[in-house]
Amino acid sequence: MRKISSTQRTIFLFTITIVAVVYIARLFYIQIVEDKYKLSADENVLRRIIDYPSRGLVYDRKGKLLVFNQTVYDLMVTPREVKQIDTAEFCAIINISLEDFRSKFQKAKKYSPYKASIFEKQISAETYGTLQEKLFKYKGFTVQPRTIRKYPYNTAAHLLGYLGEVDENITARNPYYQMGDYIGISGIEQSYEKELRGRRGTRFIMVDNFNREKGRFENGKYDTLSVSGEDLKLSLDAELQAYAELLFQNKRGSAVAIDPQTGEILAMVNSPAYNPNLMVGRERSRNYGRLLQQEDKPLFNRAMMAYYPPGSTFKIINSLIGLQEQVITPETYFSCAGGYRVGPIFVHCHPHASPLDLRTAVAVSCNSYYCQTFRAVIDNRKYANTDLAFDKWRDYVLSFGIGKKIDVDMPHELKGNVPTVDYYNKFFGKGRWKSSTIISLAIGQGELGITPLQMANAACIVANKGYYYVPHVVKEIGAKHYLPDHFKQKNYTKIDPKYYDAIQDGMQWVFERGTARGSRVDSLVMCGKTGTAQNPHGKNHSVFFCFAPRENPKIAVAVLVENAGQGAQFAAPIASLMVQKYLLGVIKRPDLEKRMLDAVVVPMNDSNQDD
Amino acid sequence: MRKQKSIFQNIDWLTILLYLVMVIAGWINIFAAVYNEDHSSISDLTQNYGKQMIWIITSLVLAMFILIIDGKFYEAFSGVIYGLSMISLVAVLVLGHEVAGSKSWFRFGDFGIQPAEFAKFATAMMMARLLSPVGLKKDTWPVRIYAFAVFLLPVILILLENETGVALVFFAFTFVLYREGIIPGWILLLGILATALFIIALLVPKTTLIIILCSLAGIFLLLARKRKFILPVIGVTLVCVGVVFSVNYVFNNVLEAHQKKRIQVLLGMEDDLKGAGYNVNQSKIAIGSGGLLGKGFLKGTQTKYNFVPEQSTDFIFCTVGEEWGFVGTTVVILLFLALLYRIIFIAERQKSAFSRIYGYGVASIIFFHFFVNVGMTIGLMPVIGIPLPFFSYGGSSLWGFTILLFILIKLDSHRTFMLR
Repeated sequence: MRKISSTQRTIFLFTITIVAVVYIARLFYIQIVEDKYKLSADENVLRRIIDYPSRGLVYDRKGKLLVFNQTVYDLMVTPREVKQIDTAEFCAIINISLEDFRSKFQKAKKYSPYKASIFEKQISAETYGTLQEKLFKYKGFTVQPRTIRKYPYNTAAHLLGYLGEVDENITARNPYYQMGDYIGISGIEQSYEKELRGRRGTRFIMVDNFNREKGRFENGKYDTLSVSGEDLKLSLDAELQAYAELLFQNKRGSAVAIDPQTGEILAMVNSPAYNPNLMVGRERSRNYGRLLQQEDKPLFNRAMMAYYPPGSTFKIINSLIGLQEQVITPETYFSCAGGYRVGPIFVHCHPHASPLDLRTAVAVSCNSYYCQTFRAVIDNRKYANTDLAFDKWRDYVLSFGIGKKIDVDMPHELKGNVPTVDYYNKFFGKGRWKSSTIISLAIGQGELGITPLQMANAACIVANKGYYYVPHVVKEIGAKHYLPDHFKQKNYTKIDPKYYDAIQDGMQWVFERGTARGSRVDSLVMCGKTGTAQNPHGKNHSVFFCFAPRENPKIAVAVLVENAGQGAQFAAPIASLMVQKYLLGVIKRPDLEKRMLDAVVVPMNDSNQDD
Repeated sequence: MRKQKSIFQNIDWLTILLYLVMVIAGWINIFAAVYNEDHSSISDLTQNYGKQMIWIITSLVLAMFILIIDGKFYEAFSGVIYGLSMISLVAVLVLGHEVAGSKSWFRFGDFGIQPAEFAKFATAMMMARLLSPVGLKKDTWPVRIYAFAVFLLPVILILLENETGVALVFFAFTFVLYREGIIPGWILLLGILATALFIIALLVPKTTLIIILCSLAGIFLLLARKRKFILPVIGVTLVCVGVVFSVNYVFNNVLEAHQKKRIQVLLGMEDDLKGAGYNVNQSKIAIGSGGLLGKGFLKGTQTKYNFVPEQSTDFIFCTVGEEWGFVGTTVVILLFLALLYRIIFIAERQKSAFSRIYGYGVASIIFFHFFVNVGMTIGLMPVIGIPLPFFSYGGSSLWGFTILLFILIKLDSHRTFMLR
């Protein structure tokens, strides 16, 4: 009996011990080995409260406020806390139907019954006003302020860009962003996103099982303060921009104005445009869809993305190449008999004195002169074959910032097109083409495609006699007035500066006795060049670029008016008026202004301008 | 004066020390579990820790009384005490206060008494009384039936109160019956095997299980090659198959929905983290987040912000786990291990059969509570709402365990005189 009971005691003690050992092993596992419980504990108790910084404001070069933030209110709901509310009254206040209410509520409940989620985005200040007084009656509903962009002036929409909500692609690529965040997706909003957005702050709070706030986590040890975005001061002159946009009414096209001495973009006009306030808030996606479908492409940033044949403006570049290659001098005379024949091709010219020198050729835009110059460049015996000569020519062109991105501080800039040797070899066959085959390049036609931005930049180069600063739209960033260094470096062309004087003479003559004399201003020494770009889309484009004053130039402008005819008809007057506006502040040629304002090239409706 | 002094003479101070350590540790954890800045006074009577303070003090008073009363009283009056206890279990069914479907409380203003907690020591005494007479033939059916009746009566009454968990505790007396030779070891083993089979049957498809069982029986017979095994083996196999088939019925018809859920959650058949699995999951999170050393006193976030339900009562072990970490939980387990060892040591040194059997009763009940309660918080046992002895908040439970333990201490102090 004694023996049996001692066995039973042993078994009893053994059982207790085994249980204790198993429990300690299990505790070792869940407390020390397994990490998921620690994470779950944090998930239970910690809530990140995002402190959204206010996005940087945007000013023009004179300090005019162009973009600011307006507070709107997101209506949030915590489904669990919603009890016995007057649904009908509530729906009436925020102006939704009962079905909407139910589906939104279900959606929020599905997301989480305990956590607040957006019930109705961006309710207006008026609705908020009404709602606020009655909010106490609707337990579980709260209002979270957010900011949206606002534009006091209906101007420079493409340049300013807009914001959009981040999608999964962005959140996957960049861990800074979370669903519901906004990000710049066009214009300077995109290119200066990092500077403008500031830094988000995070507060960690602890909540209890009903998600009630219980205090800061570890006394705020891990909390970060939000840092407001940096303000941008643009080089844009809002007044000039608005004026240019006005001149472009009922015209399609683009104009770019740059300060040659700094590369600062003073104006960047796209027409048609849209009111930037359309791309904000709740209506954004609807408006965006509508604008996207319009035939005249109001969303299209022509200034940086449209390829136009430069037409005769390109003769300036060909002149400079000819001088550098020493196939002509300013005193070289060519004759012109109403055109130029190369085999079967006859390039027409308009009536003017003949023979003529380089300066006059610029002034009167003689086609024959440039055909001959171009032939001399391409068929130059200095080079073993046409390929080499053409490559050399192309190199010169590229050094003008044409045919490559010039890295303006805005997204979606395109390169433009300068054909390559390979292209012609493929098109005509190797050795089967020469200057006469591609003679249209001589007068800025053919395969050439140049953006208005590149055209304006080329005007800067001529104004500076051989170099340009990378065009940029931002003058100063933030409180430290910072500007990236690469905007302060000179980029030289492959043309010797000494050759520019003669060209500038010719361009001055364009205003004084040449093609653009109708647009001259007595008190200003302006240099320019007209162009009339043939294109497959109908009537010629009216092209013009210029800079002024000739000594110590302050502004270079390129203007292109689509299907408006000769350069002198539209582009030159608009450029001249922009120069007057910027340099003089007054319009010395009200006749030109009136003509431009009255002219209707393409009738446009104003629906895109309504806010 | 001499007599007074002798009360404390043979007292087992180690057990009392363990008791005090556990009760104080329990109070500290209850304080942490309910702590909030608004009620930081340790004697705030609106809070559980304030009330528990009262329960602890009154328990100590009770303990003193128990030690003062003559040791012979307990054996002599065990029948009366058991009877009164059973009457109180019946009375609570009639006069009791209903809480969430169970009727197990007498209410007196803010405080309540749960008679079932007192039925435990009463039953332990009655069991000891029944089995202690010298020369009692323990392997006879009348004794077995009486023995089972003694603990099944409170089980039935408590089941009627709808307190399944508490009722289950009384099955701990099977350990006592085993120790006293009333139940042979193989029956316990069979019970364990049947439980295992039941669980396997829930997890494995029935046909597969039956094929496995039959093949096992076949293999056994082939290997043994003895005629006398044939009938028993076939019998056992049939019983097993019967168990397998009964599983669905028992599971679906005998168990209540929430009990079914708890078992399913435990076995991983369901992962219902918002419903039945919520408690256990939150409990594991709280304990698991404690790590090695814990988050420190009053620093447990899960504890403080009520993520674990029944924080100060049934799930008090979570607070230990979260705030004191693996070190804390291990210490608590070792404390229980030490107490249980000590109780068995005490039981075995008794010359009186009544004291020994009672000692085993105490050990069995405390062990069962510990086994189920801690196992539940770490996800090794289904959720059964019974407290952790000496730790959990609750007056009845603390009083009940105090009486249970101190009667043993009193009986033990008489060990040298009670020769029979």
